[in-house]
Amino acid sequence: MSGIEFRARVRLGDFNLDAGFTAAEGVTGLFGPSGSGKSTILRLIAGLIRPDWGRIVLGDRIVYDSAAGIDVPPHKRRVGFVFQDGLLFPHLSVRRNLLYGPWVRRMGRPAALARTVEILDLARLLDRAPRTLSGGERQRVAIGRALLSDPAVLLMDEPVTAIDQERRAEILPYLELLTRESPRPLLYVSHAIAEIERLTGDIVLLKDGRVVEP
Amino acid sequence: MNLSPEEWQAIWLTLKVAILAVLGSIPFALGIAWLLAYSRIPGKLLIEALISLPLVLPPVVTGYALLILLGRHGWLGGFLDREFGIVLAFRWTGAAVAAGVMGFPFLVRGIRLSFDAIDRDLEGAAATLGAPRWLVFLTVSLPLALPGLLSGAVLAFGRSLGEFGATITFVSSIPGETRTIASTIYALLQTPQGDDAVLRLSAVSVVLSFGSLIAAELLLRVGKRRLAR
Repeated sequence: MSGIEFRARVRLGDFNLDAGFTAAEGVTGLFGPSGSGKSTILRLIAGLIRPDWGRIVLGDRIVYDSAAGIDVPPHKRRVGFVFQDGLLFPHLSVRRNLLYGPWVRRMGRPAALARTVEILDLARLLDRAPRTLSGGERQRVAIGRALLSDPAVLLMDEPVTAIDQERRAEILPYLELLTRESPRPLLYVSHAIAEIERLTGDIVLLKDGRVVEP
Repeated sequence: MNLSPEEWQAIWLTLKVAILAVLGSIPFALGIAWLLAYSRIPGKLLIEALISLPLVLPPVVTGYALLILLGRHGWLGGFLDREFGIVLAFRWTGAAVAAGVMGFPFLVRGIRLSFDAIDRDLEGAAATLGAPRWLVFLTVSLPLALPGLLSGAVLAFGRSLGEFGATITFVSSIPGETRTIASTIYALLQTPQGDDAVLRLSAVSVVLSFGSLIAAELLLRVGKRRLAR
């Protein structure tokens, strides 16, 4: 299969996560109240946290398997991560943020740059510093940066939550366009069900670190 | 203000010692600050206490420890002399070592606080974009810690300028070799006609130290602006 297969157990302080699901190509929503383990799952997939036990498969690559002793480091997982508050590199311009992935991978100038800049409407922002951007602009750059690293899967952790209500309407169309153009699996985390329903019908419901039936 | 050749010599020597002290300790400070901020080694508290020891120990004790360790017949000093012909005791390079040790806590603290202030997810973002750990360090952690490093370096530099106790114990006060501003002032105070020179060199000390403190504060402000998102 070419989607995401996830099964993991991890204990983080008082919080216990024990969840499993599969996600096909296209968008899958991860929905649940705060503290239900949504962000933890994305971090486990990206390799930023290590599970106590589990197996994570991205497309045809096993990136983690506790039984087989496989643990691919984050920089080799080819995961595009969009964080809640963008997390652009504050010391780099928008352009250099966008080209960070291709640069560290020595891939040269990515062919997708022009199209990405166009879709996300970034042309005017390229020479700006991240601190001068609005919340919505920052998220668009963050999405572009993740895309340009040519990821096998995209993970978005509440990408519009930090943006005020009116501006959210600006960014969701970009996401819709993006998900139509790109066939790779996208896990979209949110605690707002309306936001997820706008993007997909495939929803994984989480509660207290477990997957529950809708 | 007219400074005598001996006074100029002391000023240049002090600056030379302080610059070597800071530049020489930066690689070590970076390594230790990295260990303290990023690794999960046990005994961090002990390492921190050991590094900060020169802040609270009588400087003469630090100087004596250096003499035991790095003196010509010291544990490490004897080895350096035999194997590499490097002698630190009673040389200006030894004064730089003493000044470096005294300034080291400021340097490590400056870098470490900057490392701690960096959002770990920011480094995580760099990793997911394809950067291995060492490249994340070079392209994200280090540039963001640069203002802290510079600020710590300037404070360590300021501390080095004023170093006296450990220096005079380890390398004595040899004119032209190890007689820095501080030890010149001390020597002058022992002579009846030294008052004017003491005043002049004290003024130089105040200006240099004050300048370092202001520079350190300005660098920290640049750093805060840089981290602002």
